[in-house]
Amino acid sequence: MPMNNPPSSVVSASKLGLTFETSDGPVHALSNVDLTVNKGDFVSFIGPSGCGKTTFLRVIADLEKATAGEITVNGMTPEEARKSRSYGYVFQAPALYPWRTIEKNIALPLEIMGYSAADRKARIERTLDLVNLSGFGKKYPWQLSGGMQQRASIARALAFDADLLLMDEPFGALDEIVRDHLNEQLLKLWARTEKTICFVTHSIPEAVYLSTRIVVMSPRPGRVTDVIESTLPKERPLEIRETPEFLEIAHRVREGLRAGHSYEE
Amino acid sequence: MKRVLHSWQGTAALVLCLAALASLPLMAVDAPSPFGTGTVVLVLLMVAGAALVSFTKLSQPLLATILFVAAHLAVWLLLAGIAGNEGQATLAFFLLVAASWLLAWRCVSVLSGIRPKSQAGDTFLRLLIPAIFGAWILILWEAATRGAGIPFIILPPPSSIGARLASSVPILWADVQQTIFKAVLFGYVVGCASGFVVAIIADRIAFLRRGLLPIGNMVSALPIIGVAPIMVMWFGFDWQSKAAVVIIMTFFPMLVNTVAGLAASGAMERDLMRSYASDYWQTLIKLRLPAAMPFIFNALKINSTLALIGAIVAEFFGTPIVGMGFRISTEIGRMNVDMVWAEIAVAALIGSVFYGVVALGERATTFWHPSNRGG
Repeated sequence: MPMNNPPSSVVSASKLGLTFETSDGPVHALSNVDLTVNKGDFVSFIGPSGCGKTTFLRVIADLEKATAGEITVNGMTPEEARKSRSYGYVFQAPALYPWRTIEKNIALPLEIMGYSAADRKARIERTLDLVNLSGFGKKYPWQLSGGMQQRASIARALAFDADLLLMDEPFGALDEIVRDHLNEQLLKLWARTEKTICFVTHSIPEAVYLSTRIVVMSPRPGRVTDVIESTLPKERPLEIRETPEFLEIAHRVREGLRAGHSYEE
Repeated sequence: MKRVLHSWQGTAALVLCLAALASLPLMAVDAPSPFGTGTVVLVLLMVAGAALVSFTKLSQPLLATILFVAAHLAVWLLLAGIAGNEGQATLAFFLLVAASWLLAWRCVSVLSGIRPKSQAGDTFLRLLIPAIFGAWILILWEAATRGAGIPFIILPPPSSIGARLASSVPILWADVQQTIFKAVLFGYVVGCASGFVVAIIADRIAFLRRGLLPIGNMVSALPIIGVAPIMVMWFGFDWQSKAAVVIIMTFFPMLVNTVAGLAASGAMERDLMRSYASDYWQTLIKLRLPAAMPFIFNALKINSTLALIGAIVAEFFGTPIVGMGFRISTEIGRMNVDMVWAEIAVAALIGSVFYGVVALGERATTFWHPSNRGG
């Protein structure tokens, strides 16, 4: 199977399905998902809660196992990809360890993966600079604001050599002003690092502003209803959100969400 | 008027002074060596004067110093006057003791209101206030036992306990060596360490966790001190049998707490480790053990007091002629209550130091925990 993938594909799913067995019967979290994420893409997954967008991300990360269909990550199974440390995962909460300083938190994956002390030091410095946290390395997580903590957790995911960055509603708990600022920084970071990013969100402006492709999903069962290629340029100031082009894409996303959402019950 | 109400201890002290004046003398009429008139006048003047000063608007440190000196000098004169008159004190005597106590109370209230600017001043106050508080427990105890002539075997005065302590240092030291340095420390270290190791094994092996933990919870609820005579049968009269009791007492709290602590890390943190393809030992050392530290220190603190109780009580059931529990049980039989109290004082001191050292270790290790962050 891996041979059939074009070399530029990072994630490739076909007929992917995942069913949770619960005491109330089976729950179809994902059904018949076909999707390819190419190298260098910024793909957003958007949809109402329960549409399986987080589950899909967790399947890519091998934190959940698919029950049907095929998926490859970097041409490997998700488990092989996880064991070869091919992705960085940013959770909904920073999940920084409170007994480690910011520096030590960023060093955590590097220690586990056996990077040398000198290499660790250089990488910590570089990633702290990437997320604009230079000078905060010696602080403990609980001494920083929520936005700074989330930036530190992004730095932690960037510290080791993984080309794929999986982000699960990383800015969901932050206020809108901080979120705008972090979105802007994330775009710059993406441009500088040339990583492939899969980004889960439930905010339409966030998805349109950040992505090269937007995957619209709908619940019961979780499935892909639309994939929208963004026509926005790669260089995106915050003001782009008022342009007609931006509003048109946002409109299409909203239409897709509405079509997939059933109000029958 | 407002100030008189504010220093109600001063007002009450003045009232007590007047009542004492009305019910003089301080000792029964046939007391062998009654108070001199000069001493009585001096005590009354000091107490009443300090009470009046407490109404003024002097600066807080100066006011506290005046109250401190007057209250303690007055009560010292009163206590010194009991010598030779044990059990002869009258109502007036106790009224004056109570008045001095109220002044000391006022002094502590004033001290509590001071906000020192320097770190050293803050530390000094933090130590001074409980020290005055503790001293007055001893002073009131002394005045009550000697002034009212409470029988020695019911409650000896702190002064004779102190004298006994000072004159029996070699015996007490031998007892401490036997009980604390051998039985308690050995039992504590072995009990806690084995509880910890078994917890890690039980965490890895499901059948141990399912089988051992419910039993651990049950054994924790048993009065384990009941096994002391059996341990003496097994391990002989010397400290080894006491250490065995301590091991049994400390093992299960450590086991139960460590297992609970190992489950304390969050799902997200564990997913994070999984995303790094971290192996079992890396996850254990870098995530689960640090997250378990508050639980482990909880067990260490519980065990520090359990170990002391276990070793002392186990000595009641047979021991060579040395040890704190042995001393307590034999001296009470010989009516040497002051020696029993001296052992209790030593045990309390060692217990506090032991607990304090563990608590300091906890503060250094779990500084990150929300309950220790402060501010």
